[in-house]
Amino acid sequence: MAEKAKGGRERILEAKGMTKRFEGLVAVDSLDFYIPDGAIASIIGPNGAGKTTFFNCITGFYEIDEGEILFNGARINGRSPDQIARAGISRTYQNIRLFNNMSAIENIMVGQEPHLKSTWIGAILGLPSTRQEDELTEDRANELLHFVGLEGKGDMLAKNLPYGDQRRLEIGRALASQPKLVLLDEPTAGMNPRETIETTDFIRRLRDEIGITVVLIEHDMRVVMDISEHITVLDYGRKIAEGLPAAIQTNPQVIEAYLGRGAAAATMDH
Amino acid sequence: MDRMRAPAASTVLILGLLSGGFILFMGAVGMIAAFHEREVVDRFISLGQLLILAAPFITAYFVARQLGERGEGLARTLLAGVIVGLLTALPSAILLLFNSDEFRFLLFLALRLSPFIAATAIAWGRHRAGDDARAVIGLWLLIALLVGIVTFSFALIFEIKGDLRSVLVNINRDWVEVVTFDNRKDLPRGIAAFGAVSIVAGVAGALLQRMPLAPRRALIYGLSLTALIGAFGETARLILQENLERDTIREIFRRDTLRQNAALALFVISTVSGFLWTIYGQRARDSFSGIGHSQRRSLIIVGVIIFVIFMLMLPWLIGRTLSDVAVTIGIFVLMGLGLNIAIGLAGLLDLGYLTNYAVGAYILAVLTSIGPLGLFKGTFTFWMVIPIALLAAMFAGFLFAVPVLRMRGDYLAIATLGFGEIIGKLAISDWLKPLIGGAQGVQAIPKPLFFGTEMKNPEQLYYIVLAASLVMLFVSIRLNNSRTGRQWMAIREDEDVATAMGIDTARAKLLAFTLSAATGGVAGAIFAAKVGTVFPNSFTVFISINVLSLIIVGGIASNPGIVVGAIVLIGMPELLREFSEFRFLLYGALLILMMIKRPQGLIPSKIVTHEHQSGVKPKLAAAD
Repeated sequence: MAEKAKGGRERILEAKGMTKRFEGLVAVDSLDFYIPDGAIASIIGPNGAGKTTFFNCITGFYEIDEGEILFNGARINGRSPDQIARAGISRTYQNIRLFNNMSAIENIMVGQEPHLKSTWIGAILGLPSTRQEDELTEDRANELLHFVGLEGKGDMLAKNLPYGDQRRLEIGRALASQPKLVLLDEPTAGMNPRETIETTDFIRRLRDEIGITVVLIEHDMRVVMDISEHITVLDYGRKIAEGLPAAIQTNPQVIEAYLGRGAAAATMDH
Repeated sequence: MDRMRAPAASTVLILGLLSGGFILFMGAVGMIAAFHEREVVDRFISLGQLLILAAPFITAYFVARQLGERGEGLARTLLAGVIVGLLTALPSAILLLFNSDEFRFLLFLALRLSPFIAATAIAWGRHRAGDDARAVIGLWLLIALLVGIVTFSFALIFEIKGDLRSVLVNINRDWVEVVTFDNRKDLPRGIAAFGAVSIVAGVAGALLQRMPLAPRRALIYGLSLTALIGAFGETARLILQENLERDTIREIFRRDTLRQNAALALFVISTVSGFLWTIYGQRARDSFSGIGHSQRRSLIIVGVIIFVIFMLMLPWLIGRTLSDVAVTIGIFVLMGLGLNIAIGLAGLLDLGYLTNYAVGAYILAVLTSIGPLGLFKGTFTFWMVIPIALLAAMFAGFLFAVPVLRMRGDYLAIATLGFGEIIGKLAISDWLKPLIGGAQGVQAIPKPLFFGTEMKNPEQLYYIVLAASLVMLFVSIRLNNSRTGRQWMAIREDEDVATAMGIDTARAKLLAFTLSAATGGVAGAIFAAKVGTVFPNSFTVFISINVLSLIIVGGIASNPGIVVGAIVLIGMPELLREFSEFRFLLYGALLILMMIKRPQGLIPSKIVTHEHQSGVKPKLAAAD
């Protein structure tokens, strides 16, 4: 696996000199990075390193101040979030953001939005094409519910699902648009060890079975080192390291960012 | 035991005084005297008296329930009923005393003594708490001075004016007449009667709560139905006179009031049927949920057919006067359904809904009027202009939506409120006067023609409203279960995430505003045709508020809720003319009560149940 990732694969996502400022505070500072196609990549860094800002820039929620973002070789910065979603990038959120007062299946049906074509006129008139599309949407939603392990819970309101199910439903919703790239913001946050292992396996299945490139922000180092094939380390909005898990683990700059200068020196002595 | 007693006693005290304050307040705003005009049962009880009885009755009922939960015995519960009754009468009785000539001196005495009593009480408390003597004396002087200024000025007013009427205009002769149960001349007797009636009502309420379930429910059902039909006696008579002989009516009603025998019979019948329903109703419901899916479906279809036939027969059943009310209710149902698209589905708090209503009404008025302001003098008919009004309202909705697309929540509400005000001012402005007549409005709007017959009666207009409402109901059900509906709901739930899902939120919101405006336009056009004249006065912000309130009271995003909300908020004030003066007071009270006790509305919307859900499909198993 790791070798394949190392090899000259296409870059599905690439940023050049990406900078985002908030009234003087530089949240992301002239960042150059890439994500290899078909990889499971992680973005790590201490709190406030700019990881979520990075996601928000890619998905178009923040307009970047400098630089450019390429998705499959095409520029996507400057496009609106819904256009970027239609281009094939979808995401989940650090604090789960489901459509709470909609049922689980409706959440996933909304996720399929980029592929839907029916119009409101068709819905009022009950056109055959609209009905067909609605049925297809529902079937696909049921399949996805099954895939994320929520079969039979489709009619529950999203807000009434248990925490773990909500996380999985959110991932299911992100997959519904059949994206090429999915960004997961702390998918194992708040989970117990068993749930964490299940989620890790699930993320692997995403890539292996459906072939989606996965980028995750994660704090749990065991998860990161376990599944990542490519790691980017951010600190104060700058990239301080990039590469394979093994290399990152021993990188002095990374250790310093996480543990402080003294600790880094101590580790180096060993 | 003591610990048990303390909270129980305070519950009784607090709720009893609340009920007393309620009665006092009702009297002070004039509701009791106004409602006394309407008799519920002929020569037996008026609506005002019913209000006075209902307060201790209902309060004692709830007090008894709380005491029952604490495990208090029957004797204590009845005692609580007596106390609640006494406390309910107390505040009004004190006011009665103060307002009478014989006891006027009591008022002055109380007003002059109260600053010293209050100051002494507080100073004594501080003294007991161990404050410095000088500080206590200083406090006493300060309070006596402050309270004294207020009470002495009150006393001065009464001395000059002679009674309380100058301050509390509704504490007058009529009020005294009602609360003393026609013993205005003999005040002690009147107060005794008031207290006795109140106590009896309190004990009755407490007793009722202690009854077993079946008779209790039956009695509640019987009492409330009799009271309701009695209160709406005029409406009931109007309905019955369409279907019964004149002599039979005369036996049941004296003018608009239920006769005593009829009321008794009604009470007995409704109580007995309530009793039977309590016993056998559960079995019926069980057997309904027990039957199969397809059978239930056909039962529902039968129900829908009966409902539609009923709706079609309605004008014949209820007669002209009530058909007129039904048309007004229908216009508001239509607007409710329209505004619900913006508020209930897309979560866009639009407070400028009257814009669309006004546009529809004025378009119809100007295009069809045969008066001086009519542009085409009858060339265009109602049916030709309805689509034009719809399109014009859509266009107006679109125009107003464009600048507010980026706004959310409260900001959107304020902006749309502003647009509504602009429309109101434009309608009355000199600038548009040559076109729409300024304050005089547009007159001589002909009634719609239907195959040559003029639909001039409310019975006929009813069908136009019914048809429009059914079309709108159909449209909103279809949209609710469609991709568009899900887009709207996603925007309502979380606009950022909806965008991230690939929804073009600007387009979806524009569509919601536009479709909701279209409905408002049709409602406005029907309104114009019904009234025959269009004035700027008809288009105030209260239209928007009425529509919003009926959606909230009925249940946001619930179609049956909108109908119920329109009947309660629009129909009831039309039927109970005594209400109309207090319409907004009651609106406010109802909305507060709803927000506290039932924020989801009278008939909350259900989650759409998907038919092919549950379980794994064969196809899915293969996919894994």
